[in-house]
Amino acid sequence: MSSIATVRPKTHDTGALATLRARWRLVSLLAVVAMWVLVWAFTRGEQTLAIQASDRTDIHGWFLARTTAIENADNVVTSLLAALSSGMDATLLFLQHLFTVPEYPRPYPQIGWLGALAIASLAAYAVAGWRQVLVVAPSFLLFGLLGYYEDAMDLLIVTGVAVAVALLIGIPLGIWMGHSKIVAAVVTPVLDVMQTMPSFVYLLPFSILFGIGPAVAALVTLVYAMPPSVRVTAYAVRGVSTTTLEATDSLGQNRWQRLRHVELPMAKRTIIVGVNQTTMAALAMATIAAYVDGPGLGQPVLEGLRRGQLGKSFVAGLAIVIMAIMLDRTTTAASTRSDRVARGDRDTGRVRTVALVAGTVVTLAAVYLSNSYTWANQFPEGVNIGDPISTKVDDLADWLRSDLSAITTGVQETFTLYFLNPVQDLVANSPWFVAGLAILAIAWIVGGVRALGAAAVCLAGIYWLDLWNNAMITLTAVLVATVVVMILGLAVGVWMGRSQVVDRSVRPVLDAAQTMPPFVYLIPVLVLFDANRFTAMVAGIIYAAPVAIKLIADGVSGVSATTVEAAESAGSSRLQMITKVQLPMARGSILLAANQGLLYVLSMVVIGGMVGAGALGFDIVYGFRQANFAGKGLAAGITIVLIGIMLDRITTYGARRAQSPGRATVRRKRLSLSRAET
Amino acid sequence: MTEVDTLPPNTADPGTTAALSVDGLWKVFGPRADKVIGTPDAELPRPELLKKTGCVAAVKEVSFDVAPGEVFVVMGLSGSGKSTLVRCLTRLIEPTAGTVTIDGHDITNASDAQLRDLRRHHVSMVFQHFGLLPHRQVIDNVAYGLEIRGVSKAERRKKAGEIVDLVGLTGNEQSYPDQLSGGMQQRVGLARALAGDPSLLLFDEPFSALDPLIRRDMQNEVIRLQEDLQKTMVFITHDLQEALKLGDRILIMRDGAIVQVGTPADVVANPADDYVRDFVSDVPRSHVLTLRYVMREPRPDDSSEGPIMSPDTIVRQAARAALASDHVVRVVDNGELVGIVDDDAILRIVVAEESVSP
Amino acid sequence: MRTPRTSALLAAVALVSALALTACGGGDIENEDAAGGEECGTIDMAINPWVGYEASAHVVGYVAETKLGCTVNYKDLDEQVSWQGFGEGEVDVIIENWGHPELQKKYFESKGGDGSAMSAGPNGNEGIIGWYLPPWMAEEYPDITDWKNLNKYSELFQTPESGDKGTLYDGDPGFVTNDEALVKNLDLDYEVVFAGSENALIEGFRKAEENKTPYLGYFYEPQWFLSEVPLVKVELPEYTEGCDADPEEVACDYPLYTLDKIVATDFAESGSPGYELVENFKWTNEDQNEVAKMIASVGMDPEEAAQQWVEDNPDKVEAWLP
Ligand SMILES: Nc1ncnc2c1ncn2[C@@H]1O[C@H](COP(=O)(O)OP(=O)(O)O)[C@@H](O)[C@H]1O
Ligand SMILES: [Mg+2]
Repeated sequence: MSSIATVRPKTHDTGALATLRARWRLVSLLAVVAMWVLVWAFTRGEQTLAIQASDRTDIHGWFLARTTAIENADNVVTSLLAALSSGMDATLLFLQHLFTVPEYPRPYPQIGWLGALAIASLAAYAVAGWRQVLVVAPSFLLFGLLGYYEDAMDLLIVTGVAVAVALLIGIPLGIWMGHSKIVAAVVTPVLDVMQTMPSFVYLLPFSILFGIGPAVAALVTLVYAMPPSVRVTAYAVRGVSTTTLEATDSLGQNRWQRLRHVELPMAKRTIIVGVNQTTMAALAMATIAAYVDGPGLGQPVLEGLRRGQLGKSFVAGLAIVIMAIMLDRTTTAASTRSDRVARGDRDTGRVRTVALVAGTVVTLAAVYLSNSYTWANQFPEGVNIGDPISTKVDDLADWLRSDLSAITTGVQETFTLYFLNPVQDLVANSPWFVAGLAILAIAWIVGGVRALGAAAVCLAGIYWLDLWNNAMITLTAVLVATVVVMILGLAVGVWMGRSQVVDRSVRPVLDAAQTMPPFVYLIPVLVLFDANRFTAMVAGIIYAAPVAIKLIADGVSGVSATTVEAAESAGSSRLQMITKVQLPMARGSILLAANQGLLYVLSMVVIGGMVGAGALGFDIVYGFRQANFAGKGLAAGITIVLIGIMLDRITTYGARRAQSPGRATVRRKRLSLSRAET
Repeated sequence: MTEVDTLPPNTADPGTTAALSVDGLWKVFGPRADKVIGTPDAELPRPELLKKTGCVAAVKEVSFDVAPGEVFVVMGLSGSGKSTLVRCLTRLIEPTAGTVTIDGHDITNASDAQLRDLRRHHVSMVFQHFGLLPHRQVIDNVAYGLEIRGVSKAERRKKAGEIVDLVGLTGNEQSYPDQLSGGMQQRVGLARALAGDPSLLLFDEPFSALDPLIRRDMQNEVIRLQEDLQKTMVFITHDLQEALKLGDRILIMRDGAIVQVGTPADVVANPADDYVRDFVSDVPRSHVLTLRYVMREPRPDDSSEGPIMSPDTIVRQAARAALASDHVVRVVDNGELVGIVDDDAILRIVVAEESVSP
Repeated sequence: MRTPRTSALLAAVALVSALALTACGGGDIENEDAAGGEECGTIDMAINPWVGYEASAHVVGYVAETKLGCTVNYKDLDEQVSWQGFGEGEVDVIIENWGHPELQKKYFESKGGDGSAMSAGPNGNEGIIGWYLPPWMAEEYPDITDWKNLNKYSELFQTPESGDKGTLYDGDPGFVTNDEALVKNLDLDYEVVFAGSENALIEGFRKAEENKTPYLGYFYEPQWFLSEVPLVKVELPEYTEGCDADPEEVACDYPLYTLDKIVATDFAESGSPGYELVENFKWTNEDQNEVAKMIASVGMDPEEAAQQWVEDNPDKVEAWLP
């Protein structure tokens, strides 16, 4: 496990004072909520600032005018952007002509599946070792067998180009940031906002700037995917042993030598962890970029969603999952390998050279074959496992929705009527200032003055953007879903935290779940439930649960063994142990889990705009599909970012308070955002 | 890459050239550090200075000279500013005020290029935590200094190989640092420092992280190398035993300032204040003190039949002969009788020691 | 250790064997020659999200590919996004356009736009948009088909998504719709909920008819589903010229749409036979429903459905060819 991948809270005081403070906070929270309910009872439905999907206000008109101005503008910036986009287009088209798109008069692309498979295997061997060939080659075969070879290659091309450019910019920027405190101070907040921003929110502004098509998809992907590589690189560079730097400086190296011989080699492994995170983020975005006509596996997913052919979406989703696993494994293995190589393991010797050369020969042969023979170019259609799977899933969906509809709609309606609607009624149907004051009070109690300040700024922004009511509806969905996430997180997390056996068996599942792009999560949920708010929330819950569970498990298992022993010797029962010792001591991690849970759920609830989640997500979707609503869509995007920042700030400051000694942990979480437990 | 810049010309009088000369050196960490020097604030104790200005005066007004070939030890408790001082010598830490002169070259005003040249050719340093490059083999760690000077691969490997043999690492050339024990790693650190053939070696607590037995080996190694190579050394330690064993002279620091400078015996015999006295209280004085420090004025009635010894003889070495003889020891320097040591004087030291040490 | 020499040797071996392979020739992939003698090139065909559209697009696409040797790229795009694609070279053809005067203003040179798009004439289909009910409801509540009585029945249509109002389901957010304004301006006790797609609407209507549950939704013709379940249209206040001019104030029915084809100006001027095909393409609502049904109800691939229809209707197809 890499040192930055886990967040373990330090032990902290559980003294009487802290308990008292915590209890006081709880009481005042309850008091605020009670007051809110009371005021709501009398003022319900007044001044909720609700507007309909087809309503627009001046501010939305203002945004629309700006977008039109941008679209029609003709200046240095726009021509630069145009050049950027056409350069990207050319690159992508070149690669697509090689692998996926035939160029007239040739009926097939230059290199077919066999060649691509060989190239990918060789690359996997070169960067990650022979074991990864056993992951990569079957993955390619599976893309073909599922019937999505071309889409998979397109997705790989977009992801690959985006990652390459993202790293080209991100790693140097990260190095710079690692060297300069000023640069770090400037860049960090930008990265914070970028990483709080749900992927879906990126699409609209990019499509306004660049239109639609592969180039936009690659550009939005690279921007979305860059932050982890910047952050992790900076972290890696800063983490290089100061003694070694001093020692080598004392030998009279210049800056370039220092970077080349000391910093980069020593930071390499961690930087590759960043490469992994960037790759996974890129995959997630490239998939969802189907929305702006990005090529790849996102297309059939979206197509299936639109036509209600969930089987189709499911199979394409399966291919995405396979690709996620493939990329994750390969980049992780590349990281460990770089470590082994750096430490002089002998796979750099003759055997490897011979294998590489032999591999190159075989690859060239395969490329040649796939260039000349149809069977090696077009994946044989006879062997297809995608269609049967798709049919099965469709049947299953039918069955679930007709024969089992009593249960599925029952679950959905019960949850919606008795849990979601009442909360939404309170949050969204209170007069705006009542809801606003209540949120401010809660922010203050949880996170102190700084959280209060952040919340005030964010709420003012939301008010100004004229989407207050929708913001409250989205906020409700996020909060309610996060409550479920936290219940799940506490149940499973405590279970894992208390038992190594459980941890070892559950963790790999969670790790795998975290590599999947959010888009994919919608599919199975849609199979179960129709398109509505509930579906998006369930998807959000499933998407956010792994990260929350892991954080809580780490928090609980991080409680010092001595403390547990002491409590045990004092005769605590198991329940007492959990509620009086382990949970209170892990409360920093729990708040951190809530923080991550909120942000993950938010990003999914927004994507849920596509499948009936309504509110802000829908405003964005609507902004996409109705040109006159682009301004409102943008406003909705900003509102979502504001909600994200507000929730992030409140919980971050709250977490800091709860574990005052371990401040660093909160910042660190963004590094661990994920995916790369090695 | 060739460095065109060389050090500033040697302006000092060649007759009196010290290998290293430090004059009025200050290092203050913190905001607007340079504003502290010269004000009454500078005299404040550390916690008060920190509270008042947010600054830490790590090195305060330090001056000393080190002669060529001398082993100069800097000693003090943790936090007393030793590491800062030694880093200021090659400007790994930028001094706030004062001058450093090495072989007559003014370091404090050297340009970046001149500084690199100094570090590449004249001064090397050995660090407490080794600071080796984990991704390089021993031989390439040792050769790193040569590599950045632009020495060809074959040549630097050859040279590094020699140094590896010199520090007793023969056979470990292809190992990686983390395959070696702590002691061996520090030998690599030592070899790396020696590879550039510097005239001045700086050590910052090089053996503090090692086990006592290995530490002793390494100290002996340094002594051996010093005899072979005759380098000038500045050696930082917080271990008095080590200081006494290696040092020709010892500088004792406290809260950034010099408390005392002198030979080992000087320091043990005449501690400048309670701080130093505390330091040296556990020292087996008989191992350190020379007869010079225990002799008394000769009196006319002193026997002239006893053994003759030099004033620099260490008490312990003199003890057996002195006690065996019925007569007092006559201390003779340059043919001149400078003092007398009687059995009482010797016993006072040896016995006092026995009651202290376990 | 690997020596430079062995590496060089091995690399040379690799190079030689690769050259040998390439030199030995063979292979069964040969360049195509365009069927029509002229080069057609590629056609980027937008696919808007309803099956009827797909039917038209794939029939034209199939003819273009098989008879003219064009390469057709189908792109799943929303209506408005498709328009945006004309200027960027991403889209050549929208085969079934529902009005969109505001977009015409933006992209037609004739209407003061940037000139990236132009009309290629009607495609023969007549479009109707309106609110529909499952047949059982029209039977059970005969007066429900008049908009004036909708409020009377609003309770029937309550769902968890619409609270204490009735639900009016809309389709894809990209579809042409005035429904929210209509509900507001006609003072209806309803809330518009977006079902999300044509398919969701069809599922909704189908289930409602099967289980005799209430359902009110936005729907349109041409539409194959109407032959499976003959939905009943709600009478809205009659459409008069210009009554829908201000989208905020609309209080009348949707107009009758003459659906037309929109093409990228560049494509029209390229001289591609594909353009001529698009320009000539014209068929009836029944034709479209036939193909759409094969796709949606029978579950055929759009290509297969198109192929079958083309094979069954050679005369009609013949008339479209350049
Ligand atoms: N970079 C720095 N910034 C601020 N204070 C420092 C810094 N480096 C050292 N100090 C302070 O300077 C004093 C001397 O430190 P140091 O030279 O490391 O002492 P020693 O090596 O004798 O243990 C200590 O009080 C330390 O806290
Ligand atoms: Mg130190």
